[in-house]
Amino acid sequence: MELDGYSDTVVCRYYEWHTAFDKHNLLGPRTSAAADYQEHSNVPTTTLNVPDASTDRPLPGDAAGTPPAPTPPTDARDVARVGLSRKCAGRLEAISRGEAVQTEDHAGVTLDEAVLEVDRFCLWYGSKQALFDVTLTIPRGKVTALIGPSGCGKSTLLRSVNRMNDLIDTVRIDGGMRLNGDSIYDKGVDVIELRKRMGMVFQKPNPFPMSIYENVVYPLRIDGQRNRALLDEVMEQSLRGAALWDEVRDRLHESALSLSGGQQQRLCIARAIAAEPEVLLLDEPCSALDPIATGKVEDLISELRGSYSVLIVTHNMQQAARVSDYTAFMYLGRVIEYGLTPTVFTNPHCKETEDYVTGRFG
Amino acid sequence: MSTSYLVEPPAPPRAKSSRSRRARARTSLLAHGEPLVWLNGGALALALAMILGMLLLILTQGLGTFWPQPLYTIRTLDGAEHIGELSRAEAHQLSVEDLASLRQRPELHARLDSADRWTRRTQIRTVDGFVWVDDYNVTKVEQPEWGLVVERREGGRCYGVPLALTPKSTDAQSHTGTPATSGDARPDEVWRTYKAAVTGDAEVPYEALTLATSDGKSTNVALANIVRVYPANQLGAFGRAAVYASRWWEFVSTSPRDANTEGGVFPAIVGTVVMTFFMSLAVVPLGVLAALYLREYAKPGLLVSLVRIAVNNLAGVPSIVFGVFGLGFFCYLMGASIDQLLFADKLPSQPTFGKGGLLWAAFTLALLTLPVVIVATEEALAAVPGSMREGSYACGASKWQTICRIVLPRAMPGVMTGLILALARGAGEVAPLMLVGVTNLAFELPVDASFPFVHLDRKFMHLGFHIYGLGYQSPNSEATRPLVFTTTLLLIVLVGVLNLSAVWLRSRLRKRYALSKF
Repeated sequence: MELDGYSDTVVCRYYEWHTAFDKHNLLGPRTSAAADYQEHSNVPTTTLNVPDASTDRPLPGDAAGTPPAPTPPTDARDVARVGLSRKCAGRLEAISRGEAVQTEDHAGVTLDEAVLEVDRFCLWYGSKQALFDVTLTIPRGKVTALIGPSGCGKSTLLRSVNRMNDLIDTVRIDGGMRLNGDSIYDKGVDVIELRKRMGMVFQKPNPFPMSIYENVVYPLRIDGQRNRALLDEVMEQSLRGAALWDEVRDRLHESALSLSGGQQQRLCIARAIAAEPEVLLLDEPCSALDPIATGKVEDLISELRGSYSVLIVTHNMQQAARVSDYTAFMYLGRVIEYGLTPTVFTNPHCKETEDYVTGRFG
Repeated sequence: MSTSYLVEPPAPPRAKSSRSRRARARTSLLAHGEPLVWLNGGALALALAMILGMLLLILTQGLGTFWPQPLYTIRTLDGAEHIGELSRAEAHQLSVEDLASLRQRPELHARLDSADRWTRRTQIRTVDGFVWVDDYNVTKVEQPEWGLVVERREGGRCYGVPLALTPKSTDAQSHTGTPATSGDARPDEVWRTYKAAVTGDAEVPYEALTLATSDGKSTNVALANIVRVYPANQLGAFGRAAVYASRWWEFVSTSPRDANTEGGVFPAIVGTVVMTFFMSLAVVPLGVLAALYLREYAKPGLLVSLVRIAVNNLAGVPSIVFGVFGLGFFCYLMGASIDQLLFADKLPSQPTFGKGGLLWAAFTLALLTLPVVIVATEEALAAVPGSMREGSYACGASKWQTICRIVLPRAMPGVMTGLILALARGAGEVAPLMLVGVTNLAFELPVDASFPFVHLDRKFMHLGFHIYGLGYQSPNSEATRPLVFTTTLLLIVLVGVLNLSAVWLRSRLRKRYALSKF
C-alpha cells in the first residue's frame, strides 16, 4: 500500500481510496461488460442524457448569446457502441472538434445545498475560449475537487469565482455565477466586497512581507479593523483553524517569510479563513510543497470540511481522492463529469474520466 | 558468424576535407579565450587602479595638509634670510638670461653644479607669502629652536622667533609697535611667558607678540588676532598630533576667514547636508509616485514607453541645463511670483525667493536626480512578485491598499537604492548650483536658531563649490592648494556617510523582507 510516502495516519484515513487505486483492481482486465454493468448498477444514478429534473438547467446552447452547438453525441449511439458501461465515450474527440458536450452529472451532487452555482459559464482570453458552458453546483460544507490535465481550465474556473481574472485586461466572460444566491458577475457587484466573502490560497505560498500576526489579520486590517482584542481573537482562531497555532504561537511577530514552505501555505490558509469566507478556493495548494507539508495541508483541508465550503484545484489525483467529497473532471475547458469522489474515481460514468483517473492519459 | 572480426575492421579512409573540423590539429588561442580573460581582467584592474589612485591621491594630499611641519631658517648667498615652512621643491631650468646674469656673479655660479641649466629650487612659505629659493643660492639651513608658527585671524600665517611681549597699557604709545619689555629676552622665555599668560585663568596682561621674521624684520601680532600658535620645532609626536587634531576640528567646525584661505568649512558642510536633505525630501515622494503611476496604473503601451524613454533620457541631460531651467523657472518665474504675492515690500531691491536659494537649489537637484529615483523604483516595483499582489486582491484589498501595504513596503529597498544613487549624484553636483543659489561666502547658515529656523530663501555654501573657489578663485592659490584636497576629501567622506546611512537603512529594510530559503 505504499502508494506515496505519507504518514501512516494519512494512509489509514484514506485506506478506502487507496484501495480504489490499487492497480490490480482498476487496471486489471475486465471480465465482461456484464460485470461492468453489474458494478455500475450499484450506483443509482446511471441514467444520463436527460438533464436532471432537479438541477433544472437548460441544455447548453439554449442561452442567447452562445452559439448554438450541435447536439452532443451522447447516450444512444455511445451506449450502443461501448455498452452501458462507458456511455460518454467519444467525448474527447467531440470536444477536440469543438462540439459542445453535456456534463455528466451524478445525481448525488444536486442533493446538497449549493453555496456556489456556476451557470453556463464561458470565458475567453482574447479570442481564445478557455471555458465552455461550465455548469457546476458546489455544495455547502463539502470539499469539491477540480481535476483535469494541464490547461483544461481548472484554475481559470477557480479564479473566475472570485473574479481574479478581472485583473487581466483581455478576459471576457459569458454566463453567470451565484454565491449563496447573489450574482457574482452582475454589473453592480462590488468586486472588492465580493472577494471579501471568499478566501483564496494560491499554488505558491505567498505570505506578505510582514509579521505572521499581520499576515493573518490582513483581511481585517484592510477593512479598517483596529480593535486589538478582536484582531487577537481572530488571529488565534484562524491559526488554530489552519493547524499552525502551536508552531508559531511564540513567534507571532517574526517575519512570515521565515516560516517553512508548508507553514507558509498553512499561514495562507489561515489568512484565507480569517475573514470567515463563504467559500474557500484552493488553487493547487500543495504543488509547491514536499510530501510532509502536503500531508499536513491535506489533513487541514479535511478538518475544514464541514465548517467551510472548499473548492480545490489539484493536479494530483490521489490528493483529490483523499481530500474531496465531490470531484469534477475537466477537459479542454469543459466539465466532463461531476460526482461523488468515490464514484468518480472507482466507478466513473465516462470512459475519459476513467482513462484520466487511472492514468491512461493526461 | 564465424567470419566475425576479432578486432574491429579498419575504418574506411575518410574523405579529406579542408573544412573538416577534425582536420585542424589544435584550436587557436583566440578560441580558447585566454586573451579575452586577460583583456577583461585588465580592464577591471585598470579601472580599479584609477579609482584607488584617485582615492590615494586625495587621501595623502588631503590628510597631510594639517600636519605641522618643522620651521626652517634659510640663508642665501644674497644675504636674504627666510623663516618659514618648506612648501615643496621642484627641478627648475634656468633661462639663458638667468644663466648669463649668474655668470656675472662667480661666487653664485660656482655653486651651480649643473652644466645644463637644470637646478632645484624650494618653495618656502614665509610671513610675506611664498618664496622660491634656488638651492645653489642657499648657504645655511637650520631649524630655529624656538621658531613659532602663528595662525592669525587676519593676515594669514606668520613665522618667526619670538622677541618680546607687549604688555597692555593705556598708553597710546604702545600701539606703535615698539616692544616695551624684555628687549633682549631669550625666545624660549618669551614663549614660556606667553604660554603661562594664555593658559592661566587670569586676564592676559599682554597685548601683542613680537616676532623676528624673515630678513631680520620684526612683526607685531596682536594676541586677539591669534588663532593658534605653536613652537614648531619643539613639538613631539603628541604635540604635533594635538595641533593636527585641533586644525581638523577648526576646519570642520568654523567658518572660513581671510577670503576663504584659512579657517573652516562648517557653513559649506551644513549647506551641502541641508540642501541634499531637502533634495531627497523633494525627489523621493515625487519619483515614487511617478513610478507608481507608470508601473501600477498606466496601461502599458506606446505612450508609457515614450514616457519611460523620456525619463531615462532626462538622466543624460547635462546638469548645467537643469541649472538654467532652475534659474529661469524656479527663481525668475515661481520665485518672482511668490515675492510679488508675499514679500512685495522688499521688492525690487531685495528679492526673497526671486533669486537663487536653498529651496530652488534643492528643487533643481531634485529634478536632476528624479530619473534615477523613478527608474530604480520602477525596477523595484516590477520585482514585487505578482503572487503577492494576487494574494492581497484575493483578501479583498483594493488596488491602493495593495500598493500601500504590500507593494510599496516590499519595494522600499529598491526605493532606497534610488535614493542612494540620487544622493551620490546630487550631493556632488556643482554646476547647476552655481546658477540657483550657491555662494562663495555665506554669512548666515540656511538653518539656524532664529524663526523660522529653516531659511529656504537663503543662499548657502556648498563643499563642491567651495573646492572650485579654493582652487580657482582664491587670492592666495598657493596657500589654498592643499585645502582643495582636504575639502575634496571631506566632500567624499560626507557623500560616503550620506550613502552609508542610506545603505544601512536599506539593509535594515531588506532584513525585514528577507526571503527565507526552503
